[in-house]
Amino acid sequence: MDKAIAEVASFTVTLMIRRFDPEVDQEPKWVDYDVEMFGTDRVLDALHKIKWEIDGSLTFRRSCAHGVCGSDAMRINGRNRLACKTLIKDLDISNPIYIEPIKGLPVEKDLIVNMEPFYQAYRDINPFLMASDTPAKERLQSPEDRARYDDTTKCILCAACTTSCPVFWTDGQYFGPAAIVNAHRFIFDSRDEGAQVRIDILNDKEGVWRCRTTFNCTEACPRGIEVTKAIAEVKQAILRGRP
Amino acid sequence: MAVIIETPNSPRTRKQANWEKYGWLFMRVSGPLLIVLIFTHLVVNLVVGDGIKAIDFAFVAGKWADPFWQVWDMAMLWLALIHGTNGMRTIVNDYVEKETLRKGLVTTLWAVGGLLILLGTLVIFTFDPCPAGAAAELLPSFCPAN
Repeated sequence: MDKAIAEVASFTVTLMIRRFDPEVDQEPKWVDYDVEMFGTDRVLDALHKIKWEIDGSLTFRRSCAHGVCGSDAMRINGRNRLACKTLIKDLDISNPIYIEPIKGLPVEKDLIVNMEPFYQAYRDINPFLMASDTPAKERLQSPEDRARYDDTTKCILCAACTTSCPVFWTDGQYFGPAAIVNAHRFIFDSRDEGAQVRIDILNDKEGVWRCRTTFNCTEACPRGIEVTKAIAEVKQAILRGRP
Repeated sequence: MAVIIETPNSPRTRKQANWEKYGWLFMRVSGPLLIVLIFTHLVVNLVVGDGIKAIDFAFVAGKWADPFWQVWDMAMLWLALIHGTNGMRTIVNDYVEKETLRKGLVTTLWAVGGLLILLGTLVIFTFDPCPAGAAAELLPSFCPAN
């Protein structure tokens, strides 16, 4: 086999990482690292390389590393993405790659933020099936009824959407796109009986009416959920008073 | 730490009356209405007939002598000012973090908006191009006093 074809091109790339150690630093600071990467590597691989070979104190979350668990959402070159789904070669490697923690949630250390306010909003919309009948047998649903909320079942709670929302940056009380997406998933589920409860919860000063339709959330979603559309559908459900 | 969700099937009790839904709806309804009102206003004033050359004091006086244009201009005034003030209110709500400052700004906005609506409505319905007892040199040429 031709050696040139078999080899994956390698290149040196500079990563500027926003680092913060609460035991030492007063303010977060930018630290740069030069790493030799390959065309098949993702941003997460570069972070691993830094943590494992250069500076073991670099702190970030990751679990499955394949875009399913939603642990490694971060701000890469100013955009919220999953580090495990962003290939380095797709970024502009002639300039440093800037990596920051997601915005709007308190930074705990380096790229790790406190997700608790985000999860609290999620819990507040009752993210579980509400049904009055006893679960003695399957609850059947037509393919059309299932398709109604298919898009919003894809959410992995990575917080990329909520922390890309300018309203959430300035108003931490706002439920945020992710919570509304997960409410949408149950409001439009034909088997669920709790739509009124969720509609009432989101018809709040800090509910869907805070949305300014900037589409940041739709652009940020690593799962390709049409978040702004889901929020608009919840708005319409509230105006109608039913799903 | 266990998460305890109390009686999830009972609706959350409303803390206070919530106007956000109606505010949002008003913006969606008044927006398209304003487009029709304003562009018709512009066409009637600037294009139809003699166009822009026809506009003078007498033109305005003539329009406000007609109840149709009085209602038209009032609708424009009310919708535009409430639409604009409500838009400013949402921006203040989004970006002002101090509660006292936020309340102060929102109150000021509605006070100014309300005053402008009041003055504008007063002018539209009490406008008299030839007030009795005014000095003759201050009156327009079409007034019977001249």
